[in-house]
Amino acid sequence: MQVLTLSPFYHDLLDALNRGLLMSVALIVPSACGGVLIGILAGTVRAFGRPWMRSIVAAYAALFRGTPLVVQLFVLYYGLPNLGLYLSPYSAAVIGFMLCSGAYQSEYVRGALLSIKKGQYLGAQALGFSAWQTLQSIIVPQAIRRAIHGCGNEIIYLIKYSSLAYIVTCMELTGEGKTIATEYFRFTEVFAVIALYYLTLVSLAMLALKKIEKILFIPGFGRN
Amino acid sequence: MHAQLNAVVDAFPYLLFGAVNTALIVLAAMGIGLVIGVVVAIGLVYGPGWLKLLLSAYLWFFRGVPILALLFLFYFGLFSYLNIQINALAAVALVLGCTTGAYQANIFRGAIMSLPRGQFRAASALGMSDVAAIRSIILPQALRISIPAWSNEYSIILKDSALAFVIGAPEIMARAQFVASRTYQHLPLYLAAGLLYFLLTWAGISALRKLEHKVRIPGYSGEEQT
Amino acid sequence: MNSSEIPVLQADKVSKSFSGQRILNGVSVGLKRGEIKVLIGPSGGGKSTLLQCINCLVLPDEGSISLAGVEVDLHNKKSLYQLRQQVGMIFQDFNLFDHLNALDNITIALRKVKKISRTAAEKRARLELEQVGLGDKTDLYPAQLSGGQKQRVAIARALAMDPQVLLLDEPTSALDPELIGEVIAVIRNLAGKGMTMLMATHQISLISTLADEILFMEAGVIVERGAPSLLLVPGCGSKSAGFCDRLSELADGECKC
Repeated sequence: MQVLTLSPFYHDLLDALNRGLLMSVALIVPSACGGVLIGILAGTVRAFGRPWMRSIVAAYAALFRGTPLVVQLFVLYYGLPNLGLYLSPYSAAVIGFMLCSGAYQSEYVRGALLSIKKGQYLGAQALGFSAWQTLQSIIVPQAIRRAIHGCGNEIIYLIKYSSLAYIVTCMELTGEGKTIATEYFRFTEVFAVIALYYLTLVSLAMLALKKIEKILFIPGFGRN
Repeated sequence: MHAQLNAVVDAFPYLLFGAVNTALIVLAAMGIGLVIGVVVAIGLVYGPGWLKLLLSAYLWFFRGVPILALLFLFYFGLFSYLNIQINALAAVALVLGCTTGAYQANIFRGAIMSLPRGQFRAASALGMSDVAAIRSIILPQALRISIPAWSNEYSIILKDSALAFVIGAPEIMARAQFVASRTYQHLPLYLAAGLLYFLLTWAGISALRKLEHKVRIPGYSGEEQT
Repeated sequence: MNSSEIPVLQADKVSKSFSGQRILNGVSVGLKRGEIKVLIGPSGGGKSTLLQCINCLVLPDEGSISLAGVEVDLHNKKSLYQLRQQVGMIFQDFNLFDHLNALDNITIALRKVKKISRTAAEKRARLELEQVGLGDKTDLYPAQLSGGQKQRVAIARALAMDPQVLLLDEPTSALDPELIGEVIAVIRNLAGKGMTMLMATHQISLISTLADEILFMEAGVIVERGAPSLLLVPGCGSKSAGFCDRLSELADGECKC
């Protein structure tokens, strides 16, 4: 039973946006995972690495945090062909998102690791913990709790910035919407609906983050 | 190598002029954001329930929708739908201003809430009106504590301003893209654009650090002494 | 030689320097089973460093550490972990694990280091917490405990490992005056059960009533050692007596305020 008949415009729009949504998710998920992974590696090196490693990784973070993501995507997608290196729109976007997100994530990971007091290591050592056991049972659980808020928010940013994939012609939500908007010349409706899509994604991510933070909550932890 | 360097050197004055526009966009956006941020933060902390709800919706919207979608929605959508004549530069400044306004409101709200409750009470006890207490006791403290977060916001808005080219505002990226499409020297031009942004980020942040230092009150951190 | 004569723990001619500055200069201490020795002396004298060297939280530059007559291989990580399992350490600032509740602060080392099952570890942890009077605080996190309670959890945590020796580094110094008593009571109780202890402390009552031997440390050297009955005689002119006099004056002064 057809309850609601959509005009061809809305039919096309929702079709396109749902296709775009899939692409957006396909961009966000690997980028977020890769970003967190890079962030953990880079953040750990920045906290505990040898001085020369630390300065290299710090330079990476400064570079990607100091320039716009658009510029990074342009360099990857339009710039690298000058060197004979061609990336597909999708891979350029995912690589750009990962590298940029990783730079921001490393900041939170580094901060979390450095904020763990020396006494926590001493306490573990004094009980006969090996370095690996200390890392696994004391440092990682504490660092996760200190980093989760920042890292989670970074992923929420990433959801919004995934719209930049459109600029390197990867057709996700924004790109699909733009095509329909141009075709029907109805920007207001199209982008109002797109805004709703993003608001839903972001709100869901925020709820999930709150839920995770609640699960990880420990009374009085992280106040100092 | 030679051709690439030439392309950048030739285009540099042109890019620099774009940088002036970028700076204008960012300054205007940060200014708009500051005003919105302060007003909304005060409303969120001291306002009645219905106002808080309304302002929270504003925060939710502008913090949840990508800049790119906002630019399209407002510039190609709402502004032309409502028949508002506005040039691309101003439109970008307005959209970025509203966005950073939402984030700044959150920063200022946090700062106000972190002040000891006694501050407001002491001001009232001296016979100050609520408005006077907020203006001369609460805000000077809250704004000081907010400077580090505010300078972070500056660097975010500067980077977001690089999206302005999608609606044709003639800033750094638009110009780099224009030259690149003619000379086919994409890589050196975008690297040069990146360098310009990097310098602008750095310059702005060190200026704000100076400001933080200048308005510092010895021994004041804004937190309750224990 | 009678086996009971072999010290449970022996530190021999231990030296340690930090950035060129000599903090410990050939210090030797031995503890027989059930013995209690108390380190006193001005701060910066090397008491804390000595304790940390003994269970190798800080590696000595020179000298040796022996456990029940067997010298510890300082360059072998495994033997260091072994040593630390058998030598309990109580810190001035507790060093409880902030992300674990009182019970798990105790079970974690039992499970991870001693590989005891969770049920057995929890049973043991509850027992130890009851021993220090915290049987009802198992589920509270460090931030929810008072300083005295934190230190008692720390003691229970160390005891659960069945250490041969307990090292205590100013266990009451970070506590508010009204909380010191509860920790002292726990330490007294341990002494009564025959626990072997080496303790740095400024608590007169612990020094004068518990110590089998007082070790007075100054500038990285033990300059005076002997039983309290000899060293703490009023007017005997020993450094220890003078030091304790000043401590009790300070304590009196605090009470008057």
